[in-house]
Amino acid sequence: MDNDQRELPKPTPETQHFWDGTKQGKLRLQKCKSTGEVYFPPRHFCPSSGGTDIEIIEASGRATLHSYVISHLPAPGFTPPYAIAVVKLEEGPKMMCNIVECAQTPEALVLDMPLEVSFEKVNEEITLPQFKPAGK
Amino acid sequence: MKRNSVAIVGASETTELGKVPTMSQVQLHADAALNAIADAGLKLSDIDGVATGGHNAVEIAHYLGIVPKWLDGTSVGGCSFMLLVRHAAAAINEGLCETVLITHGESGRSNLGRHGSSIFPSLFQQQFERPFGVTRPPTMFTIPVLRYMKDYGLSEETLAMVSVIQREWASKNPRASFKDPINVDDVLNSKMICYPFRLLMCCLVTDGGGALILTKADRAKDLRQKPVYIRGTGESCETPMISQMADFTSSAAFRVAGSNAFESAGITHSDVDHLMIYDAFAHLPIYGLEDLGFVERGEGGAFIADGNTRPGGSLPLNTNGGGLSYMHSGMYGMYALQEGVRQMRGVAPAQVEGAEISMVHGVGGMFSASGNIVLTNVK
Repeated sequence: MDNDQRELPKPTPETQHFWDGTKQGKLRLQKCKSTGEVYFPPRHFCPSSGGTDIEIIEASGRATLHSYVISHLPAPGFTPPYAIAVVKLEEGPKMMCNIVECAQTPEALVLDMPLEVSFEKVNEEITLPQFKPAGK
Repeated sequence: MKRNSVAIVGASETTELGKVPTMSQVQLHADAALNAIADAGLKLSDIDGVATGGHNAVEIAHYLGIVPKWLDGTSVGGCSFMLLVRHAAAAINEGLCETVLITHGESGRSNLGRHGSSIFPSLFQQQFERPFGVTRPPTMFTIPVLRYMKDYGLSEETLAMVSVIQREWASKNPRASFKDPINVDDVLNSKMICYPFRLLMCCLVTDGGGALILTKADRAKDLRQKPVYIRGTGESCETPMISQMADFTSSAAFRVAGSNAFESAGITHSDVDHLMIYDAFAHLPIYGLEDLGFVERGEGGAFIADGNTRPGGSLPLNTNGGGLSYMHSGMYGMYALQEGVRQMRGVAPAQVEGAEISMVHGVGGMFSASGNIVLTNVK
């Protein structure tokens, strides 16, 4: 993977804590104090209740493989075929990622397989949250 | 929504579809617009409302020399035209304007005079999806499908049957891009694009356009064409990010837009004689049949594979050949509406005999938005 060519995130005031967290090896989510709901992507209020009494929590990093595709199309910074996955975090929210340290094949990528977060430092500003097979 | 109070009195696609290297995108809009105005027996000067999606509505009005009293530029992807029909009907009923022109043009294949992308970039998508290698629609729209296949036992063979049966409809349509019959093996042996999606499970990429003219129903009866009435409508949206779709086996936008369309039309499923479900990819008719309530959850694939939607079946679906075989410029919703109008006028190449009610469903973005229009030829 040629990291330099990938489209990288530009953090905003609402998402800065998330990207600061990944740099420190932490997967941060937000939780509504009134409803207990954990949500993603980040914003300054709970999208279910509208409540602004929220806190930032650190996720366990455990997830399961919810769905994916294996793209054979060209993409900057990627060598096809590569999997684009959506994982379901233990806390509830879903998140897009790549599955690392795993063959990019239907045989190796089994739905609902347990995964754990793996942080990929791209440059000084951006570390991407990726997922790998649990226990690897 | 006042049932049957507004009618489509002009409808046309561009003179040519497919590869049109002689026209830029704005001219595709205009070509369709002039065709639709002629179809209605009206003049450009009769138009006092202009609406378009995926292109600056001001540019379309100016290009056509129209200074409108009403303007709508709702752009939520391929279903924008369903939403624009709904908004135009409301505007006409409110007296904001009398005669609305809705245009679509897209140089999807030749890429002439096209600005920006029809896939609307969002802040969240840029931060939380693009870094992981999503690019064009085949890398996004397809992501929920393995989840559906596991939860409901949908096989790749059944998914392939959607493409096979739509080709049966396309074979009856002289303007369809692909008309030669295909079978399940052809689909499953076609080039892998984005596992589990092969080339023949993905829509075409073409140039083209279409336009509609709407006015009050009581005025429509004095015009040239058999009026096609707007009987019911619905619209909704869910998320700009495929990863944040709440349920990977069902679209909230489809459900809300669909139930509102049925309710406002005052019809039940058995009243629908003809159905269009926006098919950018082979799974969409399966999700659509289920989310609109024509079949139970998990039954959409078998319903299609069993032949219910093929020519001669109980529920004629995507009778122009759909985005998979007819044409797909990028924002296909206009072509689905055109086929609904043709069926209600009784002039479709694969005409459903005696059809009185047509439901036309649209999707925008990657399950992001939806619009739904119920058309009828009976007031």
